[in-house]
Amino acid sequence: MNLLRHARYVLSENPVTGLAFGLFAMFLVAALFGPLLAPYNPLQSNAAMALKPPSAAHWFGTDQLGRDIFSRVLVATRLDLTIAFASVILAFLLGALSGVAAGYFGGWTDRVVGRLADTIMAFPLFVLAMGIVAALGNKVINIVIATAIINFPLYARVARAEANVRREAGFVEAARLSGNGEARVVLGHVLPNIMPIMMVQMSLTMGYAILNAAGLSFIGLGVRPPDAEWGIMVAEGANFIQSGEWWIALFPGAALMLAVFCFNLLGDGLRDIIDPLKRT
Amino acid sequence: MLKLLLSRLATAIPSIVGVVVVTFMLTRLLPGDPAAYFAGLAASPQAIAEIRSKLGLDKSLPEQFVGYIADLAHGNLGNSLSTGQPVVSEIANRLPASAELTLSALLLAVAIAIPLGVLAAVKQGTWIDHLCRIVTTAGVSLPVFFTGLLFAYVFYYLLQWAPAPTGRLDVFLSPPADITGFYLIDSALTGNLETFWGALRQLALPAISMAIFSLAPLARMTRGSMLAVLGSDFIRTARASGLAPRTVVFTYAFRNAVLPVITTLGMVFSFLLGANVLVETVFAWPGIGLYAVNALITSDYAPVQGFVLTMAVLYVALNLLIDFLYGLVDPRVRLDT
Repeated sequence: MNLLRHARYVLSENPVTGLAFGLFAMFLVAALFGPLLAPYNPLQSNAAMALKPPSAAHWFGTDQLGRDIFSRVLVATRLDLTIAFASVILAFLLGALSGVAAGYFGGWTDRVVGRLADTIMAFPLFVLAMGIVAALGNKVINIVIATAIINFPLYARVARAEANVRREAGFVEAARLSGNGEARVVLGHVLPNIMPIMMVQMSLTMGYAILNAAGLSFIGLGVRPPDAEWGIMVAEGANFIQSGEWWIALFPGAALMLAVFCFNLLGDGLRDIIDPLKRT
Repeated sequence: MLKLLLSRLATAIPSIVGVVVVTFMLTRLLPGDPAAYFAGLAASPQAIAEIRSKLGLDKSLPEQFVGYIADLAHGNLGNSLSTGQPVVSEIANRLPASAELTLSALLLAVAIAIPLGVLAAVKQGTWIDHLCRIVTTAGVSLPVFFTGLLFAYVFYYLLQWAPAPTGRLDVFLSPPADITGFYLIDSALTGNLETFWGALRQLALPAISMAIFSLAPLARMTRGSMLAVLGSDFIRTARASGLAPRTVVFTYAFRNAVLPVITTLGMVFSFLLGANVLVETVFAWPGIGLYAVNALITSDYAPVQGFVLTMAVLYVALNLLIDFLYGLVDPRVRLDT
């Protein structure tokens, strides 16, 4: 109840967060029901209608194959958000578990996890993601893996710092004294306590994950045509920018931008709700 | 000073080792059998076995790793399949183009972000503060390839202010004499104003797209750290002593506030080097990013691996430079080492 009241207070203080929640709901609807809502088949080409600017029949115009861009942008939401969600969850699982273990046990666990995170951070992250997808093979699942790997250090570091602070806390001592095993203390007592902070971290990195995945498919990694995905649709539209057909790249790009914007605002808002000290 | 340099160099060694190990692992993770791949589709099993031993793939992993290190030490990153040229020389030829673009973008980002952040902190709550917040939030949300395309459409197609987004220089202009490899510097040195102007016009849009993407963390950090410093006791004392506001802000506050900003540069470079690939693709900029992307399209892996390694080594070197700069700006760090 207290949290709800606090959340309402933060929302009233910062209406932008409310806007972000609204956008989030919109993207969620598009991701869940996109294929049902789309007025046209996103893969159906129609040579007679190729490269038509936005009109009443085709809100976002049509692309070089006469496919309806509005339908494609709508349907792509599911794929883009799934890639981002999956990679964020994977990064969270890897990062939170190893980070908590590093912070709680210290010693060599800490050194191994720290070294691993440092090694990943020694690369420019997008470049490392490119290298990983190129090496593992050009598949969507590998975009998820690459994005998770480059986000892993962020989670591991936050989890490590938070677990380290709590390692001597009273409730942890109590759990230990009651005869719980170390694994149970870590997973059942330390991990749940750092979850709120990890949730904030997840929504903060979500925007970055979307950008990263779209960037990879923009350069031709992962998603293959004719699948609808925002990054690859922008790449297809790029070929028509110089001849003035702006709508092919603009609408998927705008959807991408709006999604990233929404998750960044959401992350800031969640942080304000959960961790009021860090408010800016 | 030398001690500081050495201690900083020592901290870079584990990073370099990590980078080399990871890039080795990436080359060994190649999908399928690299030997069969290099031999081509119609190769006999015997030919494949021959190539495998030639590539050293029949040896154990540790032996392969030693071979990889030896190759690296000789500056050998393999040959590109599509051009047949050594990857090292191709990357070296293209590096100045990427460096010119990335450094211009960085200079632009710093030139906008730091004054913006300082002003936003000094005039907290005014329109410039709101502008700063909008720019920082929008900057990180804009996919850099999308901004680039948007700019190309508006400034090339609609307004025709900018030249066609294809490459470093108009085809009718000849590149300047090769001194530094940076077209802007070379053409200025040789007094070739026409080429300088042409190169600047080509550089403007890609550099601005990258700068917008990377200035957000800089501006946000400058604002935050200026606010923290401006609220501290020594600033109050300086103000109370009747120092001019300009002296307080620039000589007292800014020098102290700039330290966290220098630390942020590491992240900014990570952004820039990644964005570099996307922007080069959009503007057909003949740098190493475009080279890697073209190699990816043709499944030519040696250039991609060489590119990842080059970028990582550059990034480690840049971080080292940032660390060193930090030590120069902040004397306290020097005492600790």
